[in-house]
Amino acid sequence: MAELTYREAVSRGIAQEMRRDPSVVFLGEDVAGAGGVFKTTTGLLDEFGPVRVVDTPISEQAILGAAMGAAMTGIRPIAEIMFSDFFAVCWDMVVNEIAKARYMTDGQVDCPLVIRTGNGGSVRFGAQHSQSVENWAMAVPGIKVVAPATAHDVVGLMAAAVRDPDPVLFFEHKALYATKQDVADGEVVEELGRARVRREGSDCTIVALALMVPRALEAAEQLASEGIDCTVIDLRSLIPLDMTTVLDSIQATSRLFTVEENPQACGWGAEVASIVANEAFWDLDGPVVRITTPHLPLPASDVLEDLAIPSVERVAETIRKALN
Amino acid sequence: MSGTSSEVDSPATTARPGYGQHDPIYPEPFDDSLDRADIPIETRLELYRKQQEIRQLEQRLYDLFVQNLVKGTSHLALGMEAAGAAFGVALSSDDYSFATYRGHGHTIARGVPPEPIIAEMLGRSTGLLGGKGGSMHLTSVEHGMMGSYAIIGAHLCIANGAAWSAKLRASGQVAVAFFGDGATNIGAFHEAVNYAAVYELPTIFVCENNLYMEYTSIGQVTPVANPAADRASAYGIPSTVVNGNDADAVYLVAREAIEHARSGGGPSIIETKTYRHGGHSRADPGTYRPDDELEVWMAHDPIPMYHQRLLRIGVGERELTEIETSVAAAIDAATEAAKSAPPPDAEALWTNVWADGGWQWRN
Repeated sequence: MAELTYREAVSRGIAQEMRRDPSVVFLGEDVAGAGGVFKTTTGLLDEFGPVRVVDTPISEQAILGAAMGAAMTGIRPIAEIMFSDFFAVCWDMVVNEIAKARYMTDGQVDCPLVIRTGNGGSVRFGAQHSQSVENWAMAVPGIKVVAPATAHDVVGLMAAAVRDPDPVLFFEHKALYATKQDVADGEVVEELGRARVRREGSDCTIVALALMVPRALEAAEQLASEGIDCTVIDLRSLIPLDMTTVLDSIQATSRLFTVEENPQACGWGAEVASIVANEAFWDLDGPVVRITTPHLPLPASDVLEDLAIPSVERVAETIRKALN
Repeated sequence: MSGTSSEVDSPATTARPGYGQHDPIYPEPFDDSLDRADIPIETRLELYRKQQEIRQLEQRLYDLFVQNLVKGTSHLALGMEAAGAAFGVALSSDDYSFATYRGHGHTIARGVPPEPIIAEMLGRSTGLLGGKGGSMHLTSVEHGMMGSYAIIGAHLCIANGAAWSAKLRASGQVAVAFFGDGATNIGAFHEAVNYAAVYELPTIFVCENNLYMEYTSIGQVTPVANPAADRASAYGIPSTVVNGNDADAVYLVAREAIEHARSGGGPSIIETKTYRHGGHSRADPGTYRPDDELEVWMAHDPIPMYHQRLLRIGVGERELTEIETSVAAAIDAATEAAKSAPPPDAEALWTNVWADGGWQWRN
């Protein structure tokens, strides 16, 4: 067991898979020589060399095209899109090409690739470098969507994503890079599409993702001291979506809160809430409450950004009010 | 206001013709000296056969449209057969082709049989893509036909990926991306050519310049005469402009570019000057073309021109007729088989989203 930062877990996860499978390659802007602008990929160039770890031009379409064409022909690429906001300049590759290739060709084309990206706010980068766009990805049939909250899951879900035969978008949270958790020694492999119950409590279920998981857990600790006992579920992936874990929990708690960093309209929690309304309505003792970033572009000022993205205090206060 | 309009009315803008205002562009004359080109007769007969296959397939698809048996849209390449045929002959069987939505010809040119192509157009279960892809996405991985891509530009970047993969695997394969003149003005073209040049990828970029980006003359919206080839120097890679209606001419430059890429020389751009006999798509009668332009190009139809060349170099009329009739018989048989094939089962809707064959996204 070693304590790793979430940042260090990224290179550990990629290296684990590159050692295991010589067909795994890694490409992106500033990822090799510079070790990534977030220093997430330090050391990979030294270990695996410039043939397998490639610095690219600022050409997001070319990067994802190279990844797709390689994946179609026997290679297992991991591509980096530096900030998830930049998906907007290469979304054609993701949505029209990568996501649809298998279905449109009725199974002829394989696309086993991973696109990892720095997602999310609370980093004071302003509206074009702070977005949570995991809900964009969730809306597109044909891609899997993963967002780890811990260093362990960065390694284990990266392994699962690389080994998966389908394209996976891997959303790392920029504000989690400096956080530390224990990661088991040796090979770490998790399973896509399995949520994890991070805390068990009988009064309500809180479903969260990525940076919202530690915030939900901290809010749950505050509430516990007031006698409100919360279950916290870390979804870990949006596609596949582990509704069984959520629905089982609601049977026990009868209340659901989602904590989402994406803007409110069409956020992932809306889908979760709609499924719960359809399939567990009679298990609920009250309305589903979504705690989200408002439907706003994100501001740069720390004061304003902290008002926008769900905070521990907002999560705790919302649940306190709803349950009292 | 006058100051503003004179700034907008720059020389670069006024030099471009307005919509439908451009002068006609006529074909280069067929170069009879290529009669003596170093191309074996068997290869030339194959070039003729493939041009016939493309022509007769597309004419049949057009007929099936008129009969309302093909739904949706279709983008025919009648008049543009030479380039597809030339690459179909010049490529090795494991090389990669990436085509556009105008890709029926490139598909059959890689050896894909006509029946699954026609069945796909008719939306039948026996279609190349089980009825799920349609006209714009013809793909046959087993033939090296890695797809037909319907969003302009993307597949140039994807072809680079296949070329990169070939390089990583030291397989000696090359990747060819076919695209139209219109694609040279989208960002993905420039990203892809730069990327291929930087990594010396075995990608061959083949611009089939048919003079029109959809409905608009390419000259109206492009500041250089050769929209693909003239951009190559910006990326430090070789380029060739070739008569795209002469299968021998295209074959010779294709052979050279393929050899260049296969031997580690990196990417290149080939721009074929050609013309589509019809409009952009099923919906387009092509009325934006200057008066006699189509007429002159029709007189330079690649197939009768090539037929004449083969006669000049001593092939008998009878041998050519045999090729034509055997292709016609194959297209007829394929049409009948496709028409009598059943539609897809409802179950097909739910298959092959994921590698496990299914579509489930939640438990």
